[in-house]
This record gives sequence, structure tokens and C-alpha cells, in this order.
Amino acid sequence: MTTKLFGEPVRRREDARLITGRGRYLDDIGSDALAAAFVRSPHAHARVVDVDVDAALDVEGLVAVYTYEDLPGPLAEPLPVLIPHPQLHAPRTGYPLANGEVNHVGEPVVMVVATDRYVAEDAAERIVVTYEELPVVVGVDAAREAVHAVHADVPDNVAARHHQETGDADAALAASPHTLSFTQYIERSACMPMEGKGVHARWDAGDRSLRVHTSTQASTSVRAAIAAKLQLSLDQVEVVAPDVGGGFGVKIVHPWPEELLVPMAAIALGREVKWAEDRREHFISSAHERQQRQEITVGYDDDGRVTALDVHVWHDNGAYTPYGIIVPIVTATQLVGPYVIPVYRVIVESVYTNTVIVTPYRGAGRPQGCFAMERTMDRIADALGLDRAVVRERNLIRPEQFPYDHRLTFQDGRPVIYDSGDYPGLLDKLRALVGWESAEELRADAEARGKLLGVGMALYVEGTGPGPYEGGHVQVLGSGKVLVSTGLTSQGQGHETVFAQIVASELGVPIEDVEVTTGDTRRFGYAVGTFASRAAVMSGNAVALAARGVREKALRIAADVLEADPGDLEIDEGVVSVRGTPGAAIPLRTVAVLSNPLRYAFDEAAKQATQFARSASDDKPPVAPGDAPGLEHRDYYSPIRSTFASGAHAAVVEIDPATWEIDVVKYAVVHDCGNVVNPMIVEGQVHGGVAQGVGGALYERMAYDADGQLQNASFMDFLMPYASEVPDVVIDHQETPSPLNPLGIKGAGEAGVIPGTAAIASAIEDATGRRIAAMPISPTQLYDLVRDGSSETTAAWRRRTGVDA
Amino acid sequence: MTVPVDTERTITITVNGVPRRATVPVRRLLSDALRHDLGLTGTHVGCEHGVCGACTVVVDGAAVRSCLVLAVQADGAAVETVEGLAREDSGGGQVLHPVQEAFRECHALQCGFCTPGFLMTITAGLEARDPSAELTEEEVDELVGGNLCRCTGYANIRKAVHDAAAAMRDGA
Repeated sequence: MTTKLFGEPVRRREDARLITGRGRYLDDIGSDALAAAFVRSPHAHARVVDVDVDAALDVEGLVAVYTYEDLPGPLAEPLPVLIPHPQLHAPRTGYPLANGEVNHVGEPVVMVVATDRYVAEDAAERIVVTYEELPVVVGVDAAREAVHAVHADVPDNVAARHHQETGDADAALAASPHTLSFTQYIERSACMPMEGKGVHARWDAGDRSLRVHTSTQASTSVRAAIAAKLQLSLDQVEVVAPDVGGGFGVKIVHPWPEELLVPMAAIALGREVKWAEDRREHFISSAHERQQRQEITVGYDDDGRVTALDVHVWHDNGAYTPYGIIVPIVTATQLVGPYVIPVYRVIVESVYTNTVIVTPYRGAGRPQGCFAMERTMDRIADALGLDRAVVRERNLIRPEQFPYDHRLTFQDGRPVIYDSGDYPGLLDKLRALVGWESAEELRADAEARGKLLGVGMALYVEGTGPGPYEGGHVQVLGSGKVLVSTGLTSQGQGHETVFAQIVASELGVPIEDVEVTTGDTRRFGYAVGTFASRAAVMSGNAVALAARGVREKALRIAADVLEADPGDLEIDEGVVSVRGTPGAAIPLRTVAVLSNPLRYAFDEAAKQATQFARSASDDKPPVAPGDAPGLEHRDYYSPIRSTFASGAHAAVVEIDPATWEIDVVKYAVVHDCGNVVNPMIVEGQVHGGVAQGVGGALYERMAYDADGQLQNASFMDFLMPYASEVPDVVIDHQETPSPLNPLGIKGAGEAGVIPGTAAIASAIEDATGRRIAAMPISPTQLYDLVRDGSSETTAAWRRRTGVDA
Repeated sequence: MTVPVDTERTITITVNGVPRRATVPVRRLLSDALRHDLGLTGTHVGCEHGVCGACTVVVDGAAVRSCLVLAVQADGAAVETVEGLAREDSGGGQVLHPVQEAFRECHALQCGFCTPGFLMTITAGLEARDPSAELTEEEVDELVGGNLCRCTGYANIRKAVHDAAAAMRDGA
């Protein structure tokens, strides 16, 4: 039985090409294309006084040089503010090429086009740009102090002040039996996909059409942006996302300057032009995320139940705000996690700095929110002398409280109403999985080996699958092949497999007959994009609905041919048959042929559908009113609001008190993403997310100096985890289906990364007794913290070691 | 002033068993020569400074980062790339290398960009060892420890190495 595949660990259909070198990534396209290279700002903040290209003009193989002055029409205007918001009161975006000012190292100033990339870089390095340096703002604290301004017309550096509250926080805090206030920091990391960005454009001067390949998470919207900025009609532009070597968020931003400039040059030059980002470019001109300063005040009762929560976050949005305040909103609204927070007030001030822009990176503000909430739970437990799991348990939303309304507004403008979940169930499974109750025995055992051991946990709720919509198209061909398309894109998540499983299951066809296309505007023009763990929820349900439409039509046509009631028919292995009547059957491929009444027979199959071959009623039209030829259906899924996945992670760390090396010796994950389409793929997503979570907690940071120079802009210096840094992960599952969508699924893509920083910080704190209020943390930083006599210690540690406060 | 054109050399590299000639600028990286001059785009470039390992190919039996080798240095060498891993069977079909088979079976890849480098590194390592010997965790650490993957968290890659070694032992 191959057709009931929903829920099975089906091996990936993408892999056959990817393991044999037949994948087609951006830089594999256009072997004869001209190559673009960029002159980028070496300064974090400067006026561009002069651009002298003369020395480049002699380079043999140079084709064209573009500066801001060469940008026509709307290209000379600022890049779009993609997601405007009323609380984003001072949005600023850059230009495709710098217009007189640069605001971060890496901002593009000149584009060079040449016969190949080597030559383009030769020419680029001969271009002399004269700058007048301006004062530089780096980090949230400097932005907040506002001694200097990133943008002269935004003197306080505040781009947005996002504010939500669910009651009178001041009164609730005043009435609380206990309160705690503290400040903590989380640092910058970045998506860092193995393949950087890239764009290839080909202009057909004959029919005036543009085909753009780009390593993007949002091909339909890139298409719209190119059409708008290059003043083309939408029908002149097609955009295709080829195989994409990882995204994790950075490729949802669009249009990147290069996505406009490369097509511009292709049209101007009448030649194919390509740009493939190199690693240093990716570090200094793509996007980062995560830096925040969090000031938290919590009120709670004697049992550790939260009575009020007041959070003030300063969020570093980098030099510009093209992606609006999505990350601040997500932090603000997802911070509350799986807990009942009677009164909640959050203010996120999103501030400009002279650094690379900040846009969503897997988790998209959630890791920071989780860090705030979960560390608050740890502090309450510490203050009351309670078990950290017990305090969490007392604050959890109970299963009978769903749907649970947090009275907040989510990033999609919709209310934060949790659709379903079983958070106590998660916590129970986590405790069992990690051995929470035997932590003290583990600690004693480690101590005997000369190691400091600690355990920590963190829970999260993740809004996944936000709208507005995705669509799906399913078509059965006369060959029996089933074509499936959806507009959103793939970056390695296995969409071809998952969507094929869904369609094969819905339609009753062998998965081998199903072919899936994603992210190609030639096949599906309406889409939103791949982000916010939404692909399986949105396009999964859309292709399911489309498949159901095809099934309904197939049964109608087959019922006519088989002279049966459609309700008595079933489809299995691509054959429609009358239930319980052997022999009364018709292959789906024949139904597809018959669905399209023909005058002309171009092959044997088509003969069956021609006008004299089919017996049809003389008083009905060949295509009934409201019907359409072909066995195909297009449908859309548009949810009323997001569906909320959840999970709980725990980390066990061992620290060597000689080197202060931090070793995550066990990492436990319990996750709940509703009904699972493919458990193998979901586990893969969890594994990858955890690795990024561990990287963000212990290794990765963007090391900007005070001049705004990124000091570690290479894989030599930016410590992305190798296999040696990633712990073994043990996973347990819980499935609480979503009542919101037909398939009952919730997103799974980002979950793995969200609680890592919080859980590991908690474990280090438990091991060392030193308050961990800034992450990531390196062995050196931990050593300094332990050595510093003024470091805050935990009450739990003082009780354990008998040290007086 | 005219900037001088690069000096070019004509080189011969035996790629996946087939002698290939190309005239390349002397500064051309082997990775670029394979991809652009010979059209073998299965070898990927992830960092161009020898850290990520995505560009790994096998040169005269040893796993090498092709972004750190000039094409002219490979003149006369035998180079194996990911395109040469699978073999054709007598019926014209394709027989995957045990490492490729294990990667697919174990879900050891997601976006696939780093995969060719892992496949070549692991294949060179496993083929250089006695297949009848039990594969230790330390050997796995050594085999996968120098390549970066941003998608998988490595767990399934490690599993694939074990599976591939077992298959090579059984097939040896």
C-alpha cells in the first residue's frame, strides 16, 4: 500500500538529485552569464563624498559600472518598507546603491559587471570611493544613550515603540506579594545558510520578458518587487527559486539590492548577469538577529504563580527596518509562552545601530522571548526555594483552558489565541526524558569526576502557519502523472516529499506518480512565502484542498462512465473503482483524458476523449456550465489565525572547572506540532534547530567593535557548530492536533532553536551558582563571572553549598 | 594603463576517470575550474576559505578542499567529484555508492548544499580503511568533524556514516 502516506517516514524525493551532484543551485545556473561584484562600504557610518571609477575602466573584461547616479526611476528611491506598522514611526531603508551615505559596513556602493567574477573583483578593487566618516553607533546600549544618531532625522535612534498590555500592570505589580526586577542581554547571531544569496537574470529582448532565478524564500513577492522597481508589467517577469542551500529567514527579506540590480543590468546590457554572494559578503551585507536588552519585572505569589509581568526590551534592528517590526512583535507576543500571565505589559523599543540589518532568523524573536520568560521562571523558583519545574507547572495553561486568549495581537495582526495544546503533558514527558528528578545524583557523580553539572529546562509556544494564505494546484495528466504546485519556496525542508505525501494520500495515487514544484511563479503566481514555520500548515492544507477538488471531479466523471453513484466510488493506487464491485473500475489517468473533451486526437489516449468516441447527451454542452476541461483543481487555504505549536527542552551541562569548557552532555526535546506528516522530516528539523540553539547559546556571536567593524566575518572566526559541538538529542513526541486546519497540523521548522539559549543558561546557572544574565556565554566569560567576587550567586547554590548570601 | 591579462595554462585533469583538458587562468581555483570550466556544478563553494568543506573533492585518493587548491596545481592529477560517486550498472541504471545510499536512507541531508563535501570526505575516509574493522565513534568524529552543515545538526550524518561502513563491510 503506497497511497496512505500521511504520517509515514517516507524517504525524501529531493535526495536523488542532491546526493548525485544534480541539484541546481543559483550559482549552477547561467554558466555563460556576466558576473557582478560589489564595492561595499568599509565604514559603518560615513558620507560618500566621491566615487572615482576611472582606474577600473582599463580592466580587460569590464562590461559596466553602476553607481547610485545610474539608477533609473523607482530604483533611485529607497528600498521598500516591506511590512509597515503604525508603531514603526520612523522606518528607514537603504537604497540599492548608497545614496550619499552608508550606515553599515558592507552596504553596497558600486556594482561592477564583467566577463567573470575574478575580473569583476579586479575592477571593483580599483574603484576609489572617498568617504567622510561619521560617528558610529554599535549595540543597543549605545543606541539607547543616543549620544550619536544613525539617521540624523531620528535623533533618539528609536525606529519603533511597540507596546501591548493586557491590564493595569503597575497596579498588579503593586498588589503582588513578591516582585523581582532584573536585566539581561542576548547577542547577535545569524542564519548563515551554507549557500549565500544569489541572483541570475536573463532578459529576452525579443518578447521583452525577464526571467530571474534567485535564492529566495519568497519568489512571488520578489517578482512583484522587480516589476514595481523596474517598471515592468507583472506578466513580463517570472521568478524562480531553484534549489536553495538553506534559508533560515535571511532569504525572506526582499528585494535585496542585488535582486533589483542584477535584473536591471541584464536588461540594460542584453546579457545574462549573475551574482553569487561570497561568505564575507554574507556576513557583512545580509541580515543578523537576536540582540536585545531585556528589563523584566515580575510579580508573583507565595506559590510562585505569576501575578503580573512587565517587560521593557531594547531591540537592535541594525541600520534599517525593511522587514518592519516583525521580530519585536514576535518577542513581545510569544514571550508569554505556555503560561497564564494575568496582567502583562510589554514595550519593545526597536533602535537603529550602524550594523547589518536585523530580520528574522529561525525563531524570529522567540528565542529572546523564551529567554525572558523562562529565566523569569527560574528566578521565581530560586527566590522561593522551589523546584524550577514545579514553578513552571503551577503557571501552565491547563488543557481545559483552550482555546486560550492571551489578549495580545500577533505579528499577522490577528489575536494570540492558542488553538490547542497539552503543556502539563509536555512537562511530564520532559521530566521523564531528561531524568529531572535524579539531577542531584548526576551532580554528585559529575563532582566525583571533578566536573560541575547542571540541568536546565525551557518551554515555549510557537505561533506557526500565519496567513494570509497559500494556494495549491493539482492536475492529473493523461499519463497518470500528478502535477502539484504551490507558490511558496523550499530551502531544504523536504516540501517536495511532504506535499507529495499529502496529495498521494488525499487522491489515492502512488507517490511515485506525484511531482511537486515550489517557488516557481510560472507554475503558481499567488503565494506569500516560506517563513514562520508555515509551509506545511499553509501549503500542506492548500494542496490537500486542491487534491480533494480533483478527487471530487474525478469521482463525478468516473461515476458517469461507470454508471455508479459517486458516493460508491473509491480511488486507490490511481484507479477509481466501485466499492464492492470487482471489475467496475477506471484508471485515474483515463478519467483525466475524458475530463477534456477533444476534437483532435494526437495520441492513442486522446482518441478516447474525441467527439465521436464519447457518448454524450445531445442536449448538454460538452463542458457543463460552471465546469472546466481538465482534471485539475486550484484551491487556497487561508486560516483565521495562526496555530500554536509547543515544546519543552532540557539540557544537562558539565563544566570543567579547570578550563571552564561547557559541555552539553544531554539534550532532551519534547515537541508537539499537531498531526505529523512525516516524522523523519520533523525529527530532522528538530535536530537542526537544536544545533542552531546550541550554537546561539555557546558559540555564535557577531563581534562588532566600537567602530562597527565585524571582527569575525568568516567561518574561521564565527564559531558555527561542527559535529563535535552538537550534543546527542533525545526526542519524545506529543500530538495535539490543530482544530483550525483540515489536516490538524502545526508548524515544526523553527521549534528546535527556540528554547536552547534559555535551557542552557539555566543549566550553567545550576552548575555554577552564578547568575547567567547574558548569552551566549564562552568559557572565558564564564571564568570571568566565576572569578569575579561580585557576581550574583543563586540562592539555590548558596543553600546547596552552605555559602551565606 | 592596461591591466595585464592573466597568464593562462592548459591543464589536464582526470575527472571521474575521464581525462579533461582546460585552458585556465593560473589563479583559477580548482573549485571554480571544476564548476565553471568543466561544468561539474555538483561541487559546491560555501566559504572559499577552506573551513566549511562543501567543496571537498578527492585528489589522488585524498580528500581535498578544492577552494584552497589552484586548478594548475591539479594538472595531471586524478580528481573524483560527487558526480562520479555512483556507478552505472550493466543495465544502464545507476548504483549509488553506499555513502550516498546511507545519506538518503538516514535523512542525512536537508538543503543538500554541504552534502557533496560530506559525501566525498566520508567516502575517501571509509575507502581508505579496512572495511572489516568495526567503525568506532572516534573514527566517525574524525570523518565528519571538519565539515559544516547548518541544517541537520549532524545526528543523521553520523548515523549515515555507520550505515555506510556497515554496507561496505558487508559488501567487502
